[in-house]
Amino acid sequence: MRLKYADNVIFRNYLKDQAKNMEQIALTIDNKKLTVEKGVTILQAARTIGIEIPTLCYFNLGDLQIENKPGGCRICVVEIEGRKNLAPACVTECATGMVVHTHNIRVLNARRTVLELILSDHPFDCLVCSKSGECELQSLAQKFGIREIHYQGEKSVYRKDTSPAIIRDIDKCIMCRRCEMMCNDFQTCGVLSAINRGFQSVVAPAFEMNLDHSTCTYCGQCVSVCPTGALTEQDHTRSVLNALADPTKTVVVQTAPAVRAALGEAFGLPAGSLVTGKMVAALRQLGFDYVFDTDFAADLTIMEEGSELLDRLTRHLKGDPHVKLPILTSCCPGWVNFFEHHFPEMIDIPSTAKSPQQMFGAVAKTYLADKIGLKRKDLVVVSIMPCLAKKYECTREEFSSDGNPDVDYALSTRELANLIKQANIGFTSLEDENFDDPMGESSGAAVIFGTTGGVIEAAVRTAYELHTGKELPKLDFEELRGLEFVRSATVDFDGLPIRIGIAHGLGNARKLLEEIKAGRSRYHAIEIMACPGGCIGGGGQPYTHGDINILKARQKAIYEEDKRKPLRKSHENPSIQRLYEEFLGTPLGEMSHHLLHTHYFDKTGEVIISE
Amino acid sequence: MAALEDIRKQLLQEQQTKQQENQVVVKVALATCGIASGARDILQFFSAELEKRNIEAAVLQTGCMGYCYAEPTVEVCRRGQEPVIFGYVDEKRADDIIENYIKKGVMVDGLIPKNFSTACHCEHEPQAVPEKSKQIRIALRNCGVIDPASIEDYILHDGYHALADVLNRMTPEEAIEEVIASGLKGRGGGGFLTGQKWKLTRQSQSAQKYVVCNADEGDPGAFMDRSILEGDPHSVIEAMAICAYCIGAGQGLVYIRAEYPLAIDRLLHAIGQAREAGLLGSHILGTDFHFDISLRYGAGAFVCGEETALIHSMEGHRGEPTVKPPFPSEAGYLGKPTNVNNVETFACIPLIFRLGAAWFNTIGTANSKGTKVFALAGKINKVGLVEVPMGTTLRDVIFDIGGGIQHDKQFKAVQTGGPSGGCLTAKHLDTPIDYENLTKAGSMMGSGGMIVMDEDDCMVSVAKYYLDFTVEESCGKCSPCRIGNKRLHEILEKITRGEGSMDDLNKLRNLAHVVKETSLCGLGQSSPNPVLSTMENFWEEYLEHVSDKKCRAGVCKAMMKYFILEEHCVGCMACARNCPVNAISGEKKMPHTIDQSICIKCGVCFEKCKFNAIEIR
Repeated sequence: MRLKYADNVIFRNYLKDQAKNMEQIALTIDNKKLTVEKGVTILQAARTIGIEIPTLCYFNLGDLQIENKPGGCRICVVEIEGRKNLAPACVTECATGMVVHTHNIRVLNARRTVLELILSDHPFDCLVCSKSGECELQSLAQKFGIREIHYQGEKSVYRKDTSPAIIRDIDKCIMCRRCEMMCNDFQTCGVLSAINRGFQSVVAPAFEMNLDHSTCTYCGQCVSVCPTGALTEQDHTRSVLNALADPTKTVVVQTAPAVRAALGEAFGLPAGSLVTGKMVAALRQLGFDYVFDTDFAADLTIMEEGSELLDRLTRHLKGDPHVKLPILTSCCPGWVNFFEHHFPEMIDIPSTAKSPQQMFGAVAKTYLADKIGLKRKDLVVVSIMPCLAKKYECTREEFSSDGNPDVDYALSTRELANLIKQANIGFTSLEDENFDDPMGESSGAAVIFGTTGGVIEAAVRTAYELHTGKELPKLDFEELRGLEFVRSATVDFDGLPIRIGIAHGLGNARKLLEEIKAGRSRYHAIEIMACPGGCIGGGGQPYTHGDINILKARQKAIYEEDKRKPLRKSHENPSIQRLYEEFLGTPLGEMSHHLLHTHYFDKTGEVIISE
Repeated sequence: MAALEDIRKQLLQEQQTKQQENQVVVKVALATCGIASGARDILQFFSAELEKRNIEAAVLQTGCMGYCYAEPTVEVCRRGQEPVIFGYVDEKRADDIIENYIKKGVMVDGLIPKNFSTACHCEHEPQAVPEKSKQIRIALRNCGVIDPASIEDYILHDGYHALADVLNRMTPEEAIEEVIASGLKGRGGGGFLTGQKWKLTRQSQSAQKYVVCNADEGDPGAFMDRSILEGDPHSVIEAMAICAYCIGAGQGLVYIRAEYPLAIDRLLHAIGQAREAGLLGSHILGTDFHFDISLRYGAGAFVCGEETALIHSMEGHRGEPTVKPPFPSEAGYLGKPTNVNNVETFACIPLIFRLGAAWFNTIGTANSKGTKVFALAGKINKVGLVEVPMGTTLRDVIFDIGGGIQHDKQFKAVQTGGPSGGCLTAKHLDTPIDYENLTKAGSMMGSGGMIVMDEDDCMVSVAKYYLDFTVEESCGKCSPCRIGNKRLHEILEKITRGEGSMDDLNKLRNLAHVVKETSLCGLGQSSPNPVLSTMENFWEEYLEHVSDKKCRAGVCKAMMKYFILEEHCVGCMACARNCPVNAISGEKKMPHTIDQSICIKCGVCFEKCKFNAIEIR
């Protein structure tokens, strides 16, 4: 469904046109006079004078221009003198001489009634709802002091849909359409859209089929923006607790780079607080036998992926016509699902390197198991991920051996926060602790995997030195950083210009893929992350409720951690060097090929549109 | 222009020759309503029988004549005489017409006196207007007159002359000024000045613009757009071309509901003819103006009559409205400036150019110019399409043109404007119908549905019926419409079940106001109108339902109980024999009783009892 897409584009263009005039508009809101630029909405104008009009369906990720304003929930209605009806503040532009009332009795009554209506078609299971405490509908009800719902009646009931990563409990859908905007406008996956009419309207995959039969990539962005409990993640905390309690199991945990930059938010720390040490301490208190770092595997990924890039590049320079360029990164599982569904004819272009999570699992259940003298089946590998697609990734058949998965459970950052709270751990007062050996050591290059541009910067640091044999004069590639959706830079490999593309958000990735398909791509290597900002904005991270500053703070923290690290290049990580010496041999070697590389599938046949 | 005039002269000549050859011209109304009543068979009967009986005759098809209550309707024109219309024509009556009227000129039963005048520019059409005619046909001028499948017939009736005039003699700006001066307002419900809309679309800068005809007629009981498309498709094509010229569009689209197969058929046929005649396509009438029309089919969603929803639906998206601005005149179909007008609005356009804005301006009231077509339905004697000047009173429409209430029952209310409108009462009968007055009275013009109710109608149930419709037809985008209408409907359900309270009435009123003032589009903003207007005008009925648990019209079955009066019952067993659920027991010749736990309140006992022994409480 592209309605929203058309809708927003048209509206944006319209606003742009209007903004060109830069006309000043004088109006009155709640008896306060103010002047705003033409094109500014009443909602925005009111904020400039400290009036916070409540909203529900409205969603705005600031600079990223990810915006949802269908004007559907009608919570933000205000009275404009001279107009017959109340107007939604989120989409109504200010006009000269407008007199707006945001809280007179007519507005308050209407707003309250509309909220009561929404609540009247919502399950009252707040006590056991996984969104409780984070639910925007719940907060509104609290804010409005709703103690009774005057308009009760039939509730809409739908089938629950459980996929490996995402649970849809659409009885709780309030038709805000944020997920639809994310899924269609931003990710261009086209899975979620409004179906049915009237009271039966709800957001669902086509023909109300389940997510696992759709082209869903499990990126989890729908979950990230859902204001209620209609879209949540598959919760594995119970299984992990059981594994921890099982005396026959040795439980190993790995933590993804972006988790340490966001976990603190769940404990009231300001966004961007780096909590690496506390996180390690908490995991140890929870009873994990080994606390390792996915960053270790990220360094490993760079060894493999960087080598693959150099390999393809060298063959290309030698004139091999069969070599596929650009090489595409493959560490983001949402992105992998995306091209398997949407670009099956291009599945031989991405790097064959597994994601860090899966590299870690594969190495842990072989190398580590040997080292600590355990059988594969007695080792449980848990990963803490900012991501929901990782939950699906670890269930992929090719990532298991005789039915035993390389990674047993992938928990989201939110689930880990919940586990820590359950275990009565005073997180903020924990003393910092260090990761265990041998899979806990990592470089700064691995940390920046957590943000858009980071993987390719890490790859460049290593590939440059491997290719040129020289030391990099400068480690920080500012030209690869930032939050622009599509970025490009040319890095000089000692006379060889390497052209690099970066995209985050699958809709932006699609643009680069279409270029490749049309033979117009000018890049040698492209990094793609499915989520806005990369893993820092992943579907499993603490909810941002549309606050772009949180993403920015997390990104800043990631680069800080990189700077702090004594080692900043993957190939310099001694634990990685040891791993190759003791076990793997060489990058792209036979053992590496077996354990650290994978292949992709054409998934178009998996979509089912009728039962 | 010269070419078109030549064609017309030639056609006129041919027609005169034919008229001299033919003793008689028989026209059978073959719109959907006629066909459903068997008009096709009647047309065949006339063709076969007239030939068999050696009568030189032309038997033609035409659109709806407006007398839907008397279908099939047939117009017979004997050479040199005024045409007459017969209704309820079956084979027997057709035979009668041939034998007596056609052969001998002797009048037969079934005559429908013509009760309208037609606004027309063509000099050859004899104007026989009864003095007191309250109807003036502008939009319907050709319906029931011409053969909708014949472009020649349309041209003969002055068709495409307005387009030629505009293309040859006017700049787009002048033409738009003419439409503005006419005061024509949108007939689809919005009531926005048509010329103004054209002007705004013209002012939008874009290489590509679109003209859209909204033929998504969705109001229950309204069928004027269908009738126009079935009876006079070329008038819409001509008007769209004029509009396209004015706003600078090259492409026209008709959004038409797929449930109108005949209208689609005739429209497609007409478009083909117009293309062949060079009236659509490139270099229309030898000018540099290019324009063509294609169709987009609607799946029957009421909300797709709302212009933004319509545009989304045409684009292949979910049919739901978006917030305006931007208006379609700025960013419509595929993001391009788009002018959307309804069928009836377009149908008025050619005549405005032929007879002039000043002429059009003389018809109607101060702020509402021209005529409006109403689809008269409900408990009225003459169900059908009527077209009256703005300012005609409801009384004239219902009692004069519509022939009053069926079975001499008491007039109770009239519902105008479909699900978005309201119910008006006897006190509004002398209100002149125009946009302002209807809105002031708590209803609206809408697309022109007019449903008449009598004493047997329960007004709470009427409100519930309309809510039922809007609950089904809401697109679900905004919460007040999606959930609010559902709750309104549930409260009305409760009241009609006899379980309502005063508190429910208060809730009903508050919720109706909130839905009205907070909904996103016209659908939700007007869906509570049937509730609010019935609460306003029939408050005592609501009170009775709530306080006395009584429905005076006897519609709300849940509140009724049937009892047998012992003193009147003679034990004839008629009631017991006819009761479909065996709820009545008793010995022969002894008073009977009704078991209330079994009774389904069907009323059969009441009808069958000859002794007035059944009482409804």
